[in-house]
Amino acid sequence: MSRYVSFRDFDWVLLALILLICTLGVVEIYSATLSTKFAGAHLRQVYWILGGVTLMFIVSVLNYQALIERVPLMYLLSIASLLAVEVFGKKYLGARRWVQLGSFHFQPSEWVKLVLILAMAKYFADSKSECTAQDIVKAGALVGVPMLMVLVQPDLGTALTYLPIAIMGLFLGGMKAKHALIILAIGALLAPVAWHVLKPYQRDRLTSFIEPEADSQGHGYQVIQSLVAVGSGGIFGKGTAHGSQTQGQFLPVPHTDFIFAAFAEEHGFIGAMGLLLLYFIVLMRLIQNAQTAPDRAGAFVVMGVVAVLAFHLLVNVGMVVGLMPVTGIPLPLMSYGGSSVLFMFLALGIVMNIRMRRFVN
Amino acid sequence: MLGRDEKVSQLRLTAVQYILLGIFLVLAFGLWRLQVARSDYYNNLAEQNRIKQVPILAPRGKILDREGRIIVDNYPSFSVLLLRDQKRDLMADADKIAVGLHMPPDELRLRLKRMAAVPGYQPLFLKDDITPDELAFIESHKAELPELDTITVHRRLYPKNGFMAHVIGYVGQVSEDMLTQPQWELYNPGDIVGMSGVEQYYNDILMGKNGSRQVLVNSRGKEVGTLSDVQAVPGKPLKLTIDLDLQIAAEEALEGKPGAIIAMDPRTGEILALVSRPAFDPNQFAVRISRDEWNQLVTDPNKPLLDKAIQAQLAPGSTFKILMSVAGLQEGIAQKLIVNCGGGGTFYGRFFKCDQKHGRVDISKGIYASCDTYYYTLGEKLGIARIAKYATEFGFGQKTGVDLPQEVSGVMPSEEWKIKNFKQKWYAGETISVAIGQGAVAVTPIQLARAIGAIASDGVMVRPHVAFPEELPPGFKNAARYNDKSHVQIDQDNWVIITDAMADVTRIGTAAAAHIDGIDFAGKTGTAQTISAEARSKMGASGKSKFNDNSWFVGMTPRRNPEIVVAVLTQGGGWGWRSGLLAAQVIKAYVAKQRLRQTQLAKANGTVPGGAKQAEVAAVWHEGDAKNPDKTQAGHFAVSTDSTIKPVSTAPGVEAADKPTPAGDMEATGSHGGTAQPEADAATPAEPKSSDSQPNGQPVQQAPARKKTPGSSPPVAPPAVALPGRRP
Repeated sequence: MSRYVSFRDFDWVLLALILLICTLGVVEIYSATLSTKFAGAHLRQVYWILGGVTLMFIVSVLNYQALIERVPLMYLLSIASLLAVEVFGKKYLGARRWVQLGSFHFQPSEWVKLVLILAMAKYFADSKSECTAQDIVKAGALVGVPMLMVLVQPDLGTALTYLPIAIMGLFLGGMKAKHALIILAIGALLAPVAWHVLKPYQRDRLTSFIEPEADSQGHGYQVIQSLVAVGSGGIFGKGTAHGSQTQGQFLPVPHTDFIFAAFAEEHGFIGAMGLLLLYFIVLMRLIQNAQTAPDRAGAFVVMGVVAVLAFHLLVNVGMVVGLMPVTGIPLPLMSYGGSSVLFMFLALGIVMNIRMRRFVN
Repeated sequence: MLGRDEKVSQLRLTAVQYILLGIFLVLAFGLWRLQVARSDYYNNLAEQNRIKQVPILAPRGKILDREGRIIVDNYPSFSVLLLRDQKRDLMADADKIAVGLHMPPDELRLRLKRMAAVPGYQPLFLKDDITPDELAFIESHKAELPELDTITVHRRLYPKNGFMAHVIGYVGQVSEDMLTQPQWELYNPGDIVGMSGVEQYYNDILMGKNGSRQVLVNSRGKEVGTLSDVQAVPGKPLKLTIDLDLQIAAEEALEGKPGAIIAMDPRTGEILALVSRPAFDPNQFAVRISRDEWNQLVTDPNKPLLDKAIQAQLAPGSTFKILMSVAGLQEGIAQKLIVNCGGGGTFYGRFFKCDQKHGRVDISKGIYASCDTYYYTLGEKLGIARIAKYATEFGFGQKTGVDLPQEVSGVMPSEEWKIKNFKQKWYAGETISVAIGQGAVAVTPIQLARAIGAIASDGVMVRPHVAFPEELPPGFKNAARYNDKSHVQIDQDNWVIITDAMADVTRIGTAAAAHIDGIDFAGKTGTAQTISAEARSKMGASGKSKFNDNSWFVGMTPRRNPEIVVAVLTQGGGWGWRSGLLAAQVIKAYVAKQRLRQTQLAKANGTVPGGAKQAEVAAVWHEGDAKNPDKTQAGHFAVSTDSTIKPVSTAPGVEAADKPTPAGDMEATGSHGGTAQPEADAATPAEPKSSDSQPNGQPVQQAPARKKTPGSSPPVAPPAVALPGRRP
């Protein structure tokens, strides 16, 4: 076997699916911001995507194994950047999540996700297939530290996205059912504590999820408007730029967190199901790449990406259709925002990297 | 490194795949639940969220006078709408709204309750003509009270002080209660419709059609797009036959007196002026009339809302003698009837008084001196059946069909009428009262103007109207009937006798005080008792003044084929000549305007350099033909003169000797076309100028020059003779 790495082994099908989803996202961003102050955001999104694709190609030719070797350094840098946010960060919408680099606003919590995926991959690749309680605590600490740091920003949504990385790692790492049940039991006991730790608006989000009509003008408003948007889309939708909930700005942030609601309103059940199916195919394709990964670390990295993507999808779409409480989690590949786009393409770059090396060794 | 080549558990990867499939199915279920199962429910919610139905109110048409001068206009104002399709708890907001709009909260709640049954898409008009601070309240509470909206309304601007109020009428809002009545069922609550006068009668023309706009509003109530835009169709303007100049003269004449004046062109039925006093101010209705103001109008004993010109039914008094004269002459009785009036006469065993000892009275003197004894006698000879026949022919006891709402018919009694209404036999003595316009006979001023105008026009009955039929949209109900004319036979001699006697009324008769120099002003007075003389004499001074006689006068110019007939009623005004003075004011205003117009026309024509060398003369001439050898014709002539002619105002008929001198070329300027037009002998070429120099003026018919001497007729405009005793 040669050590020759070729773009012939690049997952073009996956890229095509990803770009199709991105295109749908750009169109929906265009539609949703048409008559708002955010008009033109779709063009910026295109630039982010082009930048992301470039980044993806660059990352795909690097050796992911080399990247994984540098995980300890990257992990330390992540912690440092999260600390920097706490110290120098810009306060925006009541939360300190951003650092300004030149003219860019950078959200470090996004790329911390990537580092955590690599860190988990490295940890479980190095460990034996047997997963001990010690492994669970170590892996949990690995994810838990940055998670808490993000949580105090406060950014509950992003903090939660770190959780599936840990869960996926532990699951694939061979965690025993016994341990899983213990963790669940501890989690259940800690829930009331967590409730007190939550900020009042976060609690309101949870209560309004359970009973949105109780506060239809307040926190339940977003939930109701989202349900109305999705529901009124019907089977065939209202057409691009014709969604009244979206165009009338009843739908909150229709180009970012609620972009799926806007899409579902304008393209109906058929469109929304098609989009879900695309995501599902992408996920299955990624799992296939994990199965063909040249080594354990590669499989863990790919499955880490799967975990993050699936979690985003579940929480975001679940929120939009009223099955999940409101969290500020964007829909990957569709929601407007540079950090999110760059993260996804960086992650995909590493996935490609792994795939292109599937016959190596 | 350790374990690096160890593969990940395929079983666990497969498990992840199934978990993902589970997530996919859960999300798909979520979508199905919203978009398929409950799609209609959410669709309905989305509709309410975004679409705001905003009515666009059509401005009502302007009301113009016959020369196109604006009588009623509109002004823009703001009204508050309560949108009821916004899914808001309106009752909960009611207090806040009531405070901001300065309304009693209970009234607001009551109105909300009453509107509960009306479909939600129909907005409720909360308040009209709001103040700037109320407007600011709504603007600043757009997010808090999204159900409030403002709308520009074109509101009616009526003349001040009740000028022409009864002709114009007023508009009002179709209330929630009115919708149950059949005449309003086609309207929506809040529609502004005419409630009286031409505003009501011609509501369909004036009202226009409201449009509506469906706008997309965002969550902050801001319009972000328009879904549909149905433009309002403005109401059409309505041109009335009213002449503002005459209306002003009539309003001024009747100022401060309860009663009515109606001026009509008896050739066409066009009403030139119509006044009823006391009046009301329609501007009070233009917004929303308060309960107090309304009660005051309704309970006022002088009935300001009543249009007395068409709705007052009163005894005509001696004005009825004109009708009696026609009956008497046409039946061949009055010509030979000579009565010696000694201050009354006994009929059917009862003495009927005359107010004077008139001595020897014939029909002419009967008219100009208004001798009751003469008409008692004539009435006795005619009998009620024949009186009723003529009275009915001249429209008494029937509506004239004027294009104003709620006209009343008056009463013309007869034997049948009495049996039908009272189950009683007619007493012959009642005929004697009816003969002088007392008793059961009751007329409206418009009936009187029409009937006496018709008699002076040789029996041509027209239908009075205030709108020009040819300017109404095709198919407008009754429009064609405005040009209806009927003809009641009056013999030539009888016509001349009556009209000459009416001219004598203002010369040597009961209304000599109302004589106008230089104008052929004819008419008849009436002094109608409101209760019997005996009853009145028993009353004290205050009772007496309460039941003062009604003063009537019906006058016209010229005496035959008049261009204008004016009926005046002054309630409690006493002697008829007092009303005659008021009629004279209107007649003077009319003649002055006509003369000014002719002078202007003559100037515009350039036929009279300097404009002064023309004089108007009135004339009556013989116009016989084979069918009707005794036919005479009457009219005005503008006579070109050399420099020695007298001024226009005194020129015609100041001295009887002057009048018959036919000038070299006379031009008939009035169209006295009730019968026949003078035939062309030698045409004068002068063409009337186009109407731009004479806006809305009827082009003066440039009749051919004639050399005909006016026939043997009495002086057209008799010299002023002041009578020593003024009598009714």
